[in-house]
Amino acid sequence: MIPPRFDYHAPKTVGEAVALLGQWGSDAKLLAGGHSLLPMMKLRFAQPAHLIDINRIPELRGIREEGGTIVIGAMTVENELISSPILQAKVPLLCEAAKLIADPQVRNRGTIGGDIAHGDPGNDHPALSLVIEASFVLEGPKGRRTVAADGFFLGTYMTQLEENEVMCEIRVPAFAHGTGYAYEKLKRKTGDWATAGCAVVIRKNGDQVSHVRIGLTNVAPTALRAEEAEAALLNKPFNAANVQAAAAAAIAICNPAEDLRGDIEYKTAMAGEMVKRALNKAWALCA
Amino acid sequence: MTKKLITVSVNGKKEEKAVEPRTLLIHFLREELNLTGAHIGCETSHCGVCTVDIDGQSVKSCTHLAIQCDGSEVLTVEGLANKGVLHAVQEGFYKEHGLQCGFCTPGMLMRAYRFLQENPSPSEDEIRHGMSGNLCRCTGYQNIIKAVQYAAKKLQEPVAA
Repeated sequence: MIPPRFDYHAPKTVGEAVALLGQWGSDAKLLAGGHSLLPMMKLRFAQPAHLIDINRIPELRGIREEGGTIVIGAMTVENELISSPILQAKVPLLCEAAKLIADPQVRNRGTIGGDIAHGDPGNDHPALSLVIEASFVLEGPKGRRTVAADGFFLGTYMTQLEENEVMCEIRVPAFAHGTGYAYEKLKRKTGDWATAGCAVVIRKNGDQVSHVRIGLTNVAPTALRAEEAEAALLNKPFNAANVQAAAAAAIAICNPAEDLRGDIEYKTAMAGEMVKRALNKAWALCA
Repeated sequence: MTKKLITVSVNGKKEEKAVEPRTLLIHFLREELNLTGAHIGCETSHCGVCTVDIDGQSVKSCTHLAIQCDGSEVLTVEGLANKGVLHAVQEGFYKEHGLQCGFCTPGMLMRAYRFLQENPSPSEDEIRHGMSGNLCRCTGYQNIIKAVQYAAKKLQEPVAA
């Protein structure tokens, strides 16, 4: 399969990329890792007349600390997340979760920004970004703006990223000491998208839950933050009954599409199971 | 949509070619350079038979544009052997019967080649994870693992003077 014809542009700066997007509008698409876009182009689900390759923009790569905030360049690839000493120390959930994304070759190309900006409910970073309370720095013709992950995902392939904007950075608060975390992803085989996935960040005060975020992957048209499931745990003792209540609350907001991974009933039940596993695993890491 | 001139080093040889932007690296290798070692399988980055090395990283060449390789160094399975002497990973697949139909083998070899540089003395579990982007439809995985173990051992041996 060969993609349809397009004109190729390889800007060297974000400013140039934004200018090209302004020039070509909806006829243009940004090329990040390309592991979603190129297959979609081969299948004619996407036929951009202009492809703007942002792989040659150095400012979009790398991971650094700014005070208590970890700043991840949007074009940082999954394997770089896994091997980053900064993330291992400050946001270890991203390292652990990235190991469950695709396979070694794809992780050399697939980027965190592309995974988020694509708006595919099967992608893993949307739910992860919800629980780590990430925000996204987007640059457009009028400059930069910062948008919280919570509220960014509007629907399948729909986000708050405008047609003329480039995602530049993912900003994440460093985990407080003793933060527990987990990403549980049920998949049929390596490299598959989640049948159902759950991301958890949790903190404790004695035997009580003092902070909790629960995010769900691939069980609705977008990644979901399960707020009622969080409420079932917050400021309460962490025990089997409350974990069960949280799982039930998460199940209540699931709206998965039936596909080869399973029917609606199965996927919904598995979402509940992933919530329980992730909560128990994350709690065990809490200090 | 005019063709653009790119310069790519492929198996150590500098290649200058005009390519259409939509030309995928796998088609560039197979059709422009007649390097048909890397195969076309799923075409959607799942199966790994098209795996090559770009600037020291394993990449699935069905999901990479040739034009993106401008200025890069590409290694394909044709570049593995040195003056007719098989590379350790090739020897391993031969000795341990790491192939049946052979279709997945070029991708397996290229991934094993890079993986053993990323992790020179892997456990069996690490090999399974490291090779997880390559599928074998003959399901000959057990001998593929043995082949990688053979190569790891061979690469650790001191080079004869």
